[in-house]
Amino acid sequence: MPADEARSERAGSRKRGGPFDWVFVVAVAAVVATIVRAVYFTPVEARQGAAQKIFYLHAPSAFVALYVAFGLMALASALYLWLRDPRLDQLASSSAEVGLAFTTVVLVTGPIWGKTVWGAWWTWDARLTLTLFLWLIILGYLVLRGAVEDRQLRARYSAVLALLAALLIPFIHLSVYLFRTLHPQPIVLKPSAPSLPPEMLTTFLMALASILLLYVALLRARYALARAYASADAADDEAYA
Amino acid sequence: MTGLSRRFGRRRALDGVTLTVGPGDCLAIFGPNGAGKSTLIRILAGLLEPSGGSARIAGLELPGGPAVRGMVGLVAHHSMLYPALTARENLVFVAQLFGVRNPRASAAAALERVGVLDRADTPVRSLSRGLQQRVAIARAAVHAPRLLLLDEPFTGLDPDGCAGLTEILAERRRAGGASIVVTHQLADALALATHVAVLYDGRVVRYEPRGTVDPDRYADGYRELVAAGG
Amino acid sequence: MAGTSTWAAALVIARKDVAVEVRTRAAFLSATVFALLAAAIFYYAWDPTAVSSLDLAPGVLWVIFTFSGLLGLNRSFGAELSERAIDGLLTAPIAREAIFLGKALANLAFLIGVQLIAIPAVILLYNVPVGRALWGIAAVGLLAAIGLVAVGTLFSAMVVNTRFAELLLPMVALPFFVPVIMAAAQATTTLVAGRPIAEAGGWIRLLGAFDLVFAAACTVAYPFTIER
Repeated sequence: MPADEARSERAGSRKRGGPFDWVFVVAVAAVVATIVRAVYFTPVEARQGAAQKIFYLHAPSAFVALYVAFGLMALASALYLWLRDPRLDQLASSSAEVGLAFTTVVLVTGPIWGKTVWGAWWTWDARLTLTLFLWLIILGYLVLRGAVEDRQLRARYSAVLALLAALLIPFIHLSVYLFRTLHPQPIVLKPSAPSLPPEMLTTFLMALASILLLYVALLRARYALARAYASADAADDEAYA
Repeated sequence: MTGLSRRFGRRRALDGVTLTVGPGDCLAIFGPNGAGKSTLIRILAGLLEPSGGSARIAGLELPGGPAVRGMVGLVAHHSMLYPALTARENLVFVAQLFGVRNPRASAAAALERVGVLDRADTPVRSLSRGLQQRVAIARAAVHAPRLLLLDEPFTGLDPDGCAGLTEILAERRRAGGASIVVTHQLADALALATHVAVLYDGRVVRYEPRGTVDPDRYADGYRELVAAGG
Repeated sequence: MAGTSTWAAALVIARKDVAVEVRTRAAFLSATVFALLAAAIFYYAWDPTAVSSLDLAPGVLWVIFTFSGLLGLNRSFGAELSERAIDGLLTAPIAREAIFLGKALANLAFLIGVQLIAIPAVILLYNVPVGRALWGIAAVGLLAAIGLVAVGTLFSAMVVNTRFAELLLPMVALPFFVPVIMAAAQATTTLVAGRPIAEAGGWIRLLGAFDLVFAAACTVAYPFTIER
């Protein structure tokens, strides 16, 4: 799409250095530091072995994706329908896109961990199923956005879809829960949530903080890009008017 | 309407249009393709929100609630008919939606006025383009709206159909209903208008009562106006 | 010109949609033929010696029902677009919600029509001993249809204004169908196995709650999806 390229070029030149700023650099450094600490300076969990270390990437990503990213998306969408401020739409869609990336991380790391620890790539456990469907819904949300030309209509459609998705999540959760209770399955080897030893806890909290920071950095970058697109569009409008 | 404007993304389709249509008036708006005629009609029909300015019908702001919509009848580019249903079924449906007291009788009366009563029970899809246009006109007038909006109503109409339309508009004038006809067919519209305006590039560049213009000279003037770029 | 009350207008629109469908029959025929073909294909996709057709039937029923329903939902607002008849509805002196409710009622009639063919077909083809469970299955079918229609009608209204309407509808609608299909299939399994309906109580409550929440939410959401 040459027009888009030209637009983003123009948008980029307006703000030197592009959308990735110091927050992004700090976030990447923090994530790298966490990985180094997790791999080299945190004890290996006795029962699960080295595979447990995926947990430091997996759990914080899940937390950020499921609660922070999609929570913000739903909140910004609701506010958009109320206030009609295009920035809220840009915030919601930016959060959805970044959230999709983190959900993808969750869905990739989960099975790797599951295969070594549970012995199965996938189980239709409530959390897994919910994550998978959330991933699919967000994918649908982004495809829908790409298919609507009118900016206002696109914003309203996506806000409506995001809010309905927020209503849907308890239902998916409930149905998966009912499914499991009616069909008892052999209890898989599940770590019975022991309290983490202090060293692991420190690494985990560090991972949580750095992943959260990475989310914030990516969201800022994506949001800045969305703003730049919008102002480039507005500049085009002026040029034509 | 005062200072009405509408933008589509980068394009400014209407730019500060101010016009008034009184009861019994029939305003004909001319303009070349892309002048903003259809945009104006869609705003007045409540289908589009203006980006600036305001439009009022009988004191009620557009786009408004059901009350305003009930006062307007629309003949649009598309017939807004269901091809699978007969002309009569289409009109009865519309009459019911508009809360007309006796839907079947009003539908038959409206079809009779446009001369399609003998084909009333034919599915619209098997009617010719011209007959479909007549049904579309009947559709817009079935609830006797206070304001009738006609977007290129002559499309596909034969001389008979045009005469029928002229008849309907004359009848409305007598009954005190307002009409707006948007077209680029000067001769037909000049025959039935009480006021004429020219829309060019989203702006009203000419507006006068029909009585003050000479039809033959008006056409030349219009062509010059458009050629000169407004 | 007071206009018509919301429910009266909704009924007028629904009746019009049913009349159009009765006249053309296109969507209904394709949906029911699809349902029958799918029932046959599913039968051969499994090893009948490994899985008994009785175990298969509820799942098959709800899967084919979902997809044949999508065929009808796609047409719902698509049919309004050919001559911009939707503009006719939008310029009528009726509440926006009436348009949604009318369309939804027509879609509900459509889905019930498909069920009236699909459910007996699956029962016959898969030799399901229904007996007294039939009424329970009908009730579950109705509850499920309401949920599917609420969500499906709204998304149908949205995707018609997009670039790849028919392709997009399954993508956005199917995740929302998941709890409905799961609940309906599980409840049907319970009923077909001859177990009391109370055992499926959780699923039926889930269906009811879904219907209430999404019928309300989608009716409220519809006016936001109108182009202006």
